[in-house]
Amino acid sequence: MSPEKRVEVMLESTLESVDQAEAITLRFAGEAGFNEEDVAKVGMAVRESMVNAVFHGNHYDRRKKAGLRLELEQGRLVATVTDQGEGFDVERVPDPLAPENMLRQSGRGIFLIKAFMDEFHVRRLLPRGTEVRMIKYPSVTNGKEG
Amino acid sequence: MSIKASTRQVESVTIVDISGRITLGEGSTILRDTVRDLLNRGQKKILLNLGDVTYIDSSGIGELVSGFTTVTNQGGQLKLLNLTKKVHDLLQITKLYTVFEVHNDEATAVRSFA
Repeated sequence: MSPEKRVEVMLESTLESVDQAEAITLRFAGEAGFNEEDVAKVGMAVRESMVNAVFHGNHYDRRKKAGLRLELEQGRLVATVTDQGEGFDVERVPDPLAPENMLRQSGRGIFLIKAFMDEFHVRRLLPRGTEVRMIKYPSVTNGKEG
Repeated sequence: MSIKASTRQVESVTIVDISGRITLGEGSTILRDTVRDLLNRGQKKILLNLGDVTYIDSSGIGELVSGFTTVTNQGGQLKLLNLTKKVHDLLQITKLYTVFEVHNDEATAVRSFA
């Protein structure tokens, strides 16, 4: 089944691209009818994922791109972020809530994505790269607050 | 909107008024540099006023944590003031709300410093 709505961009591996991806996502989620809180959550999740793609995946290498695809399927928002890096094992990402990790400066991005989205999937791309697919279900009460 | 940070002194406490977005890049860098500069000047009682912080990402949270540990390791105190709902919720989710001392009133916060 084709998505009801779709946006897809390939971005440079820069911090500006992270801001751009966030802005695109906020607009897409808002137009899709998600409430204000969920729009913010989706925006943040995509932002964190793009940071991972640009910084950890592509190492700010301008020869490498970071992809963002947003789709609306039966009311669900599917956000897919890709990079062209070496890949990573999500199972080996330290738990930021573990006592020994609580005061670490980094390592909370994936945790926040999982907290804000309803589904989170990671797979390695061939010949190289990573795809992160995040899904947000429609809110129980969509639309603007009354 | 990028971050803005300004400092003022209330009794022995340095209050850092922060506005804007604390995110990877300029935002987190300015926060880090501000705290570092204060420590270099011997100012170890630091209150971060986050009342006008509109957004913070995981990098920004990391800088708050880094600032806290750096100040604490140097025998100082770093506390938070006026969390917006967004920042409050993030600190709750990451369990960092139990790490930081958080205040809603400036006068009370200033008095809390040893």
